[in-house]
Amino acid sequence: MISLLLIIVASLFFTGIIIRTKSIASGRKGPGIFQPMKDIFRLLRKGAVYSKTTSIIFQIAPSFYFASIVMAILAVPLGNYPGLISFQGDFILFAYLLAFGKFFMIISALDTGSSFEGMGASRESLFSMLAEPAFFIVMGSFALLTGQTSFHTIFSTLHYGSNISYMLGILATFVFGIIALIENSRMPIDDPKTHLELTMIHEVMILDNSGFDLGLILHATNLKFAMYGAIISNFFIGDLPLMYTIPIFLAVQIGFAIAIGIFESFIARFRMGHNPQFVFILTSVALLIFFGVLLLLQRFV
Amino acid sequence: MKHLIEAFNLIAIITAIILPLLKVKWKGIAAVSAITIQVALASIVSISVFTGTSVDYSYIGSYITGAIPIRVDYLSAWFILVISFTFLTGAFFGMQYMKQYKDQTANLSLHAIAYLLAYTALVDICIVQNGLALLVVWEIMALSSFIIIIFEHTKKDVLKAGINFLIQSHLCILFLTLSFMWVKIKTGTFDFTGITAYTGQVPTLVSIGLFIFFFFGFAIKAGFVPFHTWLPLAHPAAPAHVSGVMSGVIIKIGIYGILRVLLLIKTDFIAIGYFILIISVISGLYGVMLAIVQHNLKKLLAYHSIENIGIIGMGIGLGCLGIGYNNQPLIFLGFGGALLHTLNHSLFKSLLFFTAGNVYSYVHSLNIDSLGGLIRKLPRTAILFLVGSLAICGLPPFNGFISEFLIYIGMFKSISGLGFSVTVLMMFAILGLVLIGGLAIICFTKAFSIVFLGSPRHISLEDVHNEEKASVSPLYPIVFLILAIGLVPTLFLNIISLPISQYAGVMPINAEIITDYGKTLSLIGLYAAILIAFVVLVYLLRRYFNKNTIQSVNETWGCGYVGPTNKLQYTASSYIRTYRKLVQPIFKIRKFKADAQGIFPNKAHHETHPYDKIEDWLIDKPLGLIRRFLSRFTFLQNGNVQAYILYGFIFITLIVLIPEIYEKILLLIKFLNQL
Repeated sequence: MISLLLIIVASLFFTGIIIRTKSIASGRKGPGIFQPMKDIFRLLRKGAVYSKTTSIIFQIAPSFYFASIVMAILAVPLGNYPGLISFQGDFILFAYLLAFGKFFMIISALDTGSSFEGMGASRESLFSMLAEPAFFIVMGSFALLTGQTSFHTIFSTLHYGSNISYMLGILATFVFGIIALIENSRMPIDDPKTHLELTMIHEVMILDNSGFDLGLILHATNLKFAMYGAIISNFFIGDLPLMYTIPIFLAVQIGFAIAIGIFESFIARFRMGHNPQFVFILTSVALLIFFGVLLLLQRFV
Repeated sequence: MKHLIEAFNLIAIITAIILPLLKVKWKGIAAVSAITIQVALASIVSISVFTGTSVDYSYIGSYITGAIPIRVDYLSAWFILVISFTFLTGAFFGMQYMKQYKDQTANLSLHAIAYLLAYTALVDICIVQNGLALLVVWEIMALSSFIIIIFEHTKKDVLKAGINFLIQSHLCILFLTLSFMWVKIKTGTFDFTGITAYTGQVPTLVSIGLFIFFFFGFAIKAGFVPFHTWLPLAHPAAPAHVSGVMSGVIIKIGIYGILRVLLLIKTDFIAIGYFILIISVISGLYGVMLAIVQHNLKKLLAYHSIENIGIIGMGIGLGCLGIGYNNQPLIFLGFGGALLHTLNHSLFKSLLFFTAGNVYSYVHSLNIDSLGGLIRKLPRTAILFLVGSLAICGLPPFNGFISEFLIYIGMFKSISGLGFSVTVLMMFAILGLVLIGGLAIICFTKAFSIVFLGSPRHISLEDVHNEEKASVSPLYPIVFLILAIGLVPTLFLNIISLPISQYAGVMPINAEIITDYGKTLSLIGLYAAILIAFVVLVYLLRRYFNKNTIQSVNETWGCGYVGPTNKLQYTASSYIRTYRKLVQPIFKIRKFKADAQGIFPNKAHHETHPYDKIEDWLIDKPLGLIRRFLSRFTFLQNGNVQAYILYGFIFITLIVLIPEIYEKILLLIKFLNQL
């Protein structure tokens, strides 16, 4: 419950901080950190234009997407406090819920019959497929390390004893950070602020959405960011009491957002053709974690 | 119970005799009602087995076969229920689907008879406990499925695919015959108990060898890679309800065979577990990777059957490891996942094939790239196909997730505690299953959205008739079961815990394990229900917010371009282009293209022909070699009757002379020895 509230709070300012960081880094004045939320509230109250090629799928897909992400967030714990969904193997449900929402976004993009949106859908489906193994390998490694199989029990028994286990935490943070970038279509995979639709992934998929639907989708992205930030913060929280965990949580979220902002200010987007290789790197880093765990447990024969 | 089973078989025979005499209008009704009665009888038998009645009797048989024991245990009962349900919905759907062929009277009666016989034989396979009798029933099943596949036998492709199926199913029978003969020679009995007795006293290596023989036979039927090559040919050739039934349950009889042999054989289950798990991961990945690049909707679904057989196999492999390590939770999760996925796959795959059949009967095309926008003409078919797609991708709140979850959790549980090699194997298997899931999503987003969404590509929607309710109504029970398993999985878990307990050996599965995972699954069901409720809530919220706003309809946003045509939209090939480029080294994809060039360009075109590299290596190349070798003897077939009479004469002479010559040679050797 506490994690859900915190994630919702963090989602309100997460994108704002990214934008603010970018504006400071490029020497602009920039909008306030709540500007993205204000935009979303305005969108929720606006009317919409629908393409005449679209069918009922296009109308229902944003609701499915939003609902799936909120459901996935319910599975994320905060240190000692389990999420609302907590059972053995809940991270499998978590990953599949996200995939469920993605499925609907992809088919709704293809529903418009536009070449641009088809292109975005094609890339989204491929890149998220390539990113998925990394998540499971990291979770599998931690399951091996702790002997547990749910988010809450893994994170609360994860304790950092030796140097290698710190390394693992850092590597896992790296993996989840990049997964968050891929899933939310940020640099270096995708550039949401480019002016050429040919070079986008996520933004081009939602070209035809407007009004309430667009608001839902945009806020779903914020929630997704905060959700990954929450998972990353769990690597560091362990079983501390609540008075420490909440500040750590917020610090990690803000730090994560600022890091993304700085990262995006100083790096260019990869060529689309090079993205699969980059995403594959993630799987190999995840395998490093796996071997690290094996090393730690002295399982090598 | 004995009388029920006899009545079950008798109905098939009587209907087979009566059916050709009826008028066309009555044929379908007679066949469907016969199959309904049969299903009712079979269900009574299996349900009474589940509630505790034991069905175990024996026919005297003949001198050759020995006694033929008939036994319906939990495993048989489970498979009988799965088979019966799909055959029943298939029959109802088939009656609708075959209306377009109503002038082919004789053909229809043959088809209906073969359909009945295939069902009867499949059920009999599940209950017969004698090797030779099993082979006979298996042959009936193979022949009748051959006949139902080649319904449109006037088409060359269909006949070719049918013959391919016939040959490969006999390859399967060959392996089974060899394995049963092996046991018969060693123990003198065809009874299944002979397998247990024999493998109990031989070295492990021999029993593994026997298992591999059985496995190859059943794997051809089930479609494990590399024995899968008949599936993608036979499924598109068959009528839709047959494809659904074939993919849903006929290939599952291979899974039944493997599970049955695992119950009987005594061997090193750890080695077998490794073997099955690795081959299954490869099957799953290979199937789905090839499915994505297909252009024919039914072929795509056929490759997906290979993938799902792989997932079922992973469950079986896990279960074997569980037996080997004497790990009860693993037995439960592995075999539970496999058995439940068998049911699940038979549900959503038959649903997908039936809806694909609807597409074919309304549009007369299954080429994904030329379809589009069908949701406007076939809304119910589209939604049903969507449900099937979501379920086959293993997404909650549908049934596919439940069985995949059981397998996943089995893998995550056994990743620690069973030694280094198991850890690595499990990581490999998890990686495989994850990739399968991700690739399935690419595949079915492609299949669903290109066929049903967007605007039509090479068809005209005006030519498509409006959807009739009757063409989808037989499919609703399938959707009901799909949702039921997704939302109340515990119910089904309790049923499958009975067949699973057969694998646990003398020690029954701990009741705690069942309740423990039952609790987990019921939580998943609960969250699935919450998910649905939440979606509805968000959608209602949307309705509420949109009430006072202006909604308008316009062209699709073309980024400033204002002359959109449907030729601009993404096609299936362009949707998977990046993926195709990634996997190109693994497959054999022939590509032809001509670009538009110059001021007055020619017509540009682009085509890809994906081909299976394993089929190339394993079937085409050896066949080519054999053909080259045999072509040297074509001079024998010269069309000259005198020459043929001469061959006959030479043959008879040889037959008579061989014993004589043999004796002479023996004599010579003796003589030489004496020297």
